Amino acid sequence: MELLHSIFIGPFADMFSDLSFLIQVLWEGFVQGTLYALIALGFVLIFKASGVFNFAQGIMVVFAVLALVGLYEAGVPAWLALILTIGIMGLLAIGIERVVLRPLVNQHDAILLMATIGLARFLSGAGQFIFGGENKAMITEELGLPTGSSEAEIFGGVVFFEHLDIAAVIIAGLLVAALAVFFSKTRIGRALRAVADDHQAALSVGISLNQIWAIVWFAAGIVALVTGIMWGARSDVSFALEIIALKALAVLIIGGFTSIPGAIIAGIIVGLVEKLFEIYWGSLLGGGVEAWFAYIVALIFLLFRPQGLFGEKIIERV
Amino acid sequence: MSESEKILSVNNIEVIYDHVILVLRGISLEVPRGKIVAILGANGAGKTTTLKAISNLLRAERGDVTKGNIVFEDEEIQDSTPSALVRKGCIQVMEGRHCFEHLTVEENLMTGAYTRRDGSSKIKEHLELVYDYFPRLRERRSSLAGYTSGGEQQMCAIGRALMSRPKMILLDEPSMGLAPQLVEEIFGIVKQLNENEGVSFLLAEQNTNIALRFANYGYILESGRVVMDGEAGMLSENEDVKEFYLGVGGEGRRSFRDVKHYKRRKRWLT
Ligand SMILES: Nc1ncnc2c1ncn2[C@@H]1O[C@H](COP(=O)(O)OP(=O)(O)O)[C@@H](O)[C@H]1O
Ligand SMILES: [Mg+2]
Repeated sequence: MELLHSIFIGPFADMFSDLSFLIQVLWEGFVQGTLYALIALGFVLIFKASGVFNFAQGIMVVFAVLALVGLYEAGVPAWLALILTIGIMGLLAIGIERVVLRPLVNQHDAILLMATIGLARFLSGAGQFIFGGENKAMITEELGLPTGSSEAEIFGGVVFFEHLDIAAVIIAGLLVAALAVFFSKTRIGRALRAVADDHQAALSVGISLNQIWAIVWFAAGIVALVTGIMWGARSDVSFALEIIALKALAVLIIGGFTSIPGAIIAGIIVGLVEKLFEIYWGSLLGGGVEAWFAYIVALIFLLFRPQGLFGEKIIERV
Repeated sequence: MSESEKILSVNNIEVIYDHVILVLRGISLEVPRGKIVAILGANGAGKTTTLKAISNLLRAERGDVTKGNIVFEDEEIQDSTPSALVRKGCIQVMEGRHCFEHLTVEENLMTGAYTRRDGSSKIKEHLELVYDYFPRLRERRSSLAGYTSGGEQQMCAIGRALMSRPKMILLDEPSMGLAPQLVEEIFGIVKQLNENEGVSFLLAEQNTNIALRFANYGYILESGRVVMDGEAGMLSENEDVKEFYLGVGGEGRRSFRDVKHYKRRKRWLT
C-alpha cells in the first residue's frame, strides 16, 4: 500500500503542491531535450541521405568543440576560431566522403557501420592528440553567449531561467528552421531528399552522390558543433559528452531513424520525461534515473513500435 | 551512317556483373540523330543492362563494361559518370519509373534540372513546356509522387528526364504494368517529343507490338546478343518476329516451349 502510494499518488501530489517547481523541472528537461534532439538530428540527416548509421556522431560533437576551444586557447580570437572550426568540419566531411564512404559504396551496411566505429575511434584519438584529453571550460562569453539568469514569478513561486538555456533553445530552433528551409526550398536540399528517397533514381538524373554525402556530413558537422557549444556551456568540454550523446540512440529508436520531426519531438520527450522521473520518482529507484531511463523507454518502443513514433511513412498504393 | 548522323553507337560491348556474371556478349547498335530505336526481347535478354551500360548507371549495380566502347556525340563515354552524361545530354528513365515518392510531382520534375546552369527563369519556362506535354502532371503538381497513379508516375519520370534538356532519352519499359490506353497515350507523347523537340530515343520494350509501331528501327536481343535488327516496318513483317514476339504466327499463338525451341535453334545457328 505504502509502495503503491509512493509510485502512483505521492509524486503527483508533490507536482501539484508546488507548481512553480514543476515548471522549473519541465524547463530544465526541455532544454536538455533540445540538445538530445540536435544530436539525434545529426544522425537522422546522415542516415536518410546515405543509409549509414553514423556511430561517430557523438564524437563529432566532442571533436567540434575541442577544435573550437583548442584554437581559442592557441590564441585565435573566438569569432575566428568559430569560423575555422566550421571550416574544419567541412574538411572533415570531404575527407570522410573520400576516404571512408566512396571506397565502401555498395558494400554491406555492416561494413559501413564498422567504418563509422573506426571513424569514431580515429576522431577520439585525433581530438586528444591535437587538443589534449583534459576537460576544458567552454568559451561561453567570448562567443557572445549570454550568462546571467532571470527569475519569473509563476504560480506564486519563483522559476529561474538561465539566459544560456534560453539562448540554446532559440539557437536550436533557428538551426532546425534553417535546415527545414534548406531542405524544402533549395536545389541542393531537394537533391538531398531525392537521394534519401531513391538513390538510383537520383543518380539517373545526374545528382552526384559523392557531393550530396559530403554536404550532408557537413550539415551534420555543423549541427554537432552547435550542440557541442551549447552542451559545453552548460557543463564543460570533455569526452564525457560522447557517452551522453549515446542517448541519441534511444531518441532515434523512439522518434524513428528517418524522421527529422521524430528526432526533435522524441529528443524533447526524452529530456522532459527523464527529468520528471529523476526528480519525482528518483528516490524510489535509488537516484541516477537520468542515466538509464531513456534506454528503458527505447526498449519498450523496440518491443511495441519498432518503427518509432514517426518512422517514414511507407507509401503503398493499392 | 556518317558520324554526325548518329547520336549514339554501341560497339561490341561485353558486360559483366559482380566480376563473374557475363550478361552482354558483344552487343552493337546505333541510334541515328532524331530517331526512335527500340531494343526488343524477352525478360532477362539484357535490355536494361544495355541501357545502364550507356547511362553509366551500371557501376552502381556492380556491373562493368569489359569490352567494346560506347560513343555518344562523338565522344567515348563508357568510363564517364551518370552525372557527366546527363550534362552532355543523355539521360535514362529507369524501368519501374522510380519517382521520388516523398517529393511532389513538381519537385520531382525540378530534380531533373539538377545539372542545369542556365538560370531559374529558363528552368521555369521549361517546366511549363513539360506541363504542356503532360497536362495531367500540371493537375497533380503538388501531390506527392508516391500517391499518383502508375501512368502519372511514368509521365512524371519522363517529364523529369525532359527537365534536363536531353538530346537523347534512354527509356526502359515505359509500358510496364500500364493499361493499353495509357500505353498508347504515353507512346504518343514520346513520338511528339521526338518530332517537335528533336529528342532521340533508345527504348527497351517487351511489348514488341507497340514499340515497333512507334519506333523507326529495332534490335532484337536474346541472351545478351543481338539476334536480328532492321527497320521497324521490316521487323513487324518478318515471319519469325511475328511468330515469336508478336504472337500472330501462321499457326496461331505459339507456346513458351516453342519459343525455347526457337532459342535452341538459334544457338545452334550462331
Ligand atoms: N545487378 C545484377 N547482378 C547480376 N546479374 C544481373 C544484374 N542485373 C541483371 N542481371 C542479369 O542479367 C541478365 C539481363 O538482365 P536485364 O538486363 O535486366 O534484362 P531485361 O531488361 O532484358 O529484362 C539477366 O539474366 C539478369 O538476371
Ligand atoms: Mg529490363
